[in-house]
Amino acid sequence: MDLLNALVALANFVLVPAIAYGSQLALGALGVTLIYGILRFSNFAHGDTMAFGAMIAVLVTWGLQAAGVGIGPLPTALLALPFAILGCVVLVLITDRVVYRFYREQKAKPVILVIVSMGVMFIMNGLVRFVIGPDDQRFSDGARFLISARDFKAMTGLSEGLAIKTSQAITVVMAVVAVALLFWFLNKTRTGKSMRAYSDNEDLALLSGINPERVVMITWIIVAALATTAGVLYGLDKSFKPFVYFQLLLPIFASAIVGGLGNPLGAIAGGFIIAFSEVTITYAWKKVLTYAAPESLAPSSLVQFLSTDYKFAVSFVILLIVLLFKPTGLFKGKAV
Amino acid sequence: MSEAAKNTLLFAGVGGLILLTGFTQSWNSAILILNMGLISAIMAIGVNLQWGFAGLFNVGVMGFVALGGLAVVLVSTPTTAGAWSAGGYGIVLALLLGAATVVAAVLVAQKMPKGRVRTFSIIGILIAGFFIFRAVFDPNVAVVEAINPAVEGNLGGLNLPVLFAWPAGGLLAAGAAWLIGKTALGLRSDYLAIATLGIAEIVIAIMKNEDWLARGVKNVYGIPRPAPVVGYEIDLQKDPGFVARAEWLGLDPVTASTLSVKLGYSVLFLVVLLILLWMAQMALKSPWGRMMRAIRDNEVAAEAMGKDVTRRHLQIFVLGSAICGIAGAMMTTLDGQLTPSAYQPLRFTFLVWVMVIVGGSGNNFGAVLGAFLIWFLWVQVEPMGLWMMNLITSGLPDGSALKAHLIESAAHMRLFTMGLILLIVLRFSPRGLIPEK
Repeated sequence: MDLLNALVALANFVLVPAIAYGSQLALGALGVTLIYGILRFSNFAHGDTMAFGAMIAVLVTWGLQAAGVGIGPLPTALLALPFAILGCVVLVLITDRVVYRFYREQKAKPVILVIVSMGVMFIMNGLVRFVIGPDDQRFSDGARFLISARDFKAMTGLSEGLAIKTSQAITVVMAVVAVALLFWFLNKTRTGKSMRAYSDNEDLALLSGINPERVVMITWIIVAALATTAGVLYGLDKSFKPFVYFQLLLPIFASAIVGGLGNPLGAIAGGFIIAFSEVTITYAWKKVLTYAAPESLAPSSLVQFLSTDYKFAVSFVILLIVLLFKPTGLFKGKAV
Repeated sequence: MSEAAKNTLLFAGVGGLILLTGFTQSWNSAILILNMGLISAIMAIGVNLQWGFAGLFNVGVMGFVALGGLAVVLVSTPTTAGAWSAGGYGIVLALLLGAATVVAAVLVAQKMPKGRVRTFSIIGILIAGFFIFRAVFDPNVAVVEAINPAVEGNLGGLNLPVLFAWPAGGLLAAGAAWLIGKTALGLRSDYLAIATLGIAEIVIAIMKNEDWLARGVKNVYGIPRPAPVVGYEIDLQKDPGFVARAEWLGLDPVTASTLSVKLGYSVLFLVVLLILLWMAQMALKSPWGRMMRAIRDNEVAAEAMGKDVTRRHLQIFVLGSAICGIAGAMMTTLDGQLTPSAYQPLRFTFLVWVMVIVGGSGNNFGAVLGAFLIWFLWVQVEPMGLWMMNLITSGLPDGSALKAHLIESAAHMRLFTMGLILLIVLRFSPRGLIPEK
């Protein structure tokens, strides 16, 4: 019984949050890795693209809520998601046309594009703050829990409860759907194949008649959809605050690099590696160990390796270790 | 127009903008812009050294600036009575043990043959070292943080004059830069960017959470001033000679004393800026500077000529970061307090980048000019935006939600403006206002 309780506590405090967070990171990292694969630069504006998409979703959700439109137990934000994706797509396509295309035609060095993306980051950040302000915004509604801790206890008779928030369940489902769609697109459709060809070898792809501008455009559309989805899911799970999205840049980049920049499969693996390490290292293990260990060995301290404020340090250290021992990432990525 | 004349005109223009602030707003805010402009100029010289000379992409400026601020607390604040004997030495011992663990792991990684035994011994050393570190560290930290937590609760500093803290800030930043450079340089340029972004966040996280070090988010107040040059307002107002001089200038003693204190800082900062600018100019013209630019323009060719690219990169990375650390120490001295939560990457990392790029990367004078101009805009865009918003919304009825929202959001115009300036300069004048020669 004790061991079962330990497992439930582990699932409740570590596995479930880490899986949800990992899915959000994976979606974000997929966007970064796609940009890197096709456009060949690290997009510093990615966090703020997520924030922009999520902001539109928040605004549309408020509108729908005011109009009394909802989908029962599910959050209204899901209804708003298509609009948000559309808005974000428009924004990134305009950005690409006005800003990035000029440098692409000049064949500017990747680092120049990174600096340009810094400028875009400022503008998007300013735009988001301008429209919705820098404060926390709540937009989740519907049922809060899929299973609440009390129901779980009543169901199983265990002394530990397992709570699964609706937002966590939705995150995982949405992430699976998005990833499945993305891989189907990349592997089965003609356009997807042309994207992979372009990413593998630009010159060869151009020779075989692939239109680079079309590839770039489709990449931006996919990236905007992924970023918005990731942003909305993160906002539903925690809350929407523009600055937090900027800070997500570090774990997202860590995920993409750990997995191997330019490799979509790696981005997903990297997202979960970073999320699980962050959660396990900053979790206080006392509860789980008290159940699992024999009574004489029960820990007296919290058994927390690092305080939660150091979660950035965790993703950073993993990033450094991977860079030192396997510079192209766990799954073979590119190196420009 | 000759180049020198154009550059003089540009500097005169920015100086004129600051003077205009003095005439139209207040001299206090004008000198404040000047002081922060001087500090920003030093940061810009540091970043320009790394990016303009060597092409290193450092987006961790905020971390090095914050380390400079930390140095001020560690050097110039009074030592907390009893903290060292209670737990200070224990903390130092724990940190040494932690460092020894890392060194041991690195040695094992280098010396032992590759294989499973090596992997397991590295992991073993790290885990054992971590638990020993925590076992020594935690109780000592608890003791130190319990000492008079309302005003102290940290180890305190060495109680030295605050001017010593400026080079100390540079040294602290240089040490951190050496560590990060040793691991991340030699990898690709974007990796260095991500690594520095990460280290900056970690430095801030440490400063926010390790209360024994600099009181964390409880902040450290009352950092002493560089007294002989700057002085305190109260003392000046009591000094009859000063009051007489203020009257002669037609100022009331209170305003005169605040101006005098701020101008004292300006003089100090100007001296530091001129020294660093002179050194950077000398470095740029020297064979060393030419070698750096050769490496920047073509690493492969420079390596073929027998230059040790990674070592040179490490050298200039450490130097540039040290300059940012000095600037950070100066800024904390100017503020008179250390507020870890005030360090924001957009303000302390990316804004400095805008300064360097707008001013002209690769040219020290360009970086200095960019720093003054961008800092002026950073301060002034907000009131300008507000004024513009009031103009735009003047047609809307009073009390309408849109009008209120627009006027309220004018405060966020500055980020947008900075991004716009950066993109416009990059597009139409990528070499900046004063291009590299």
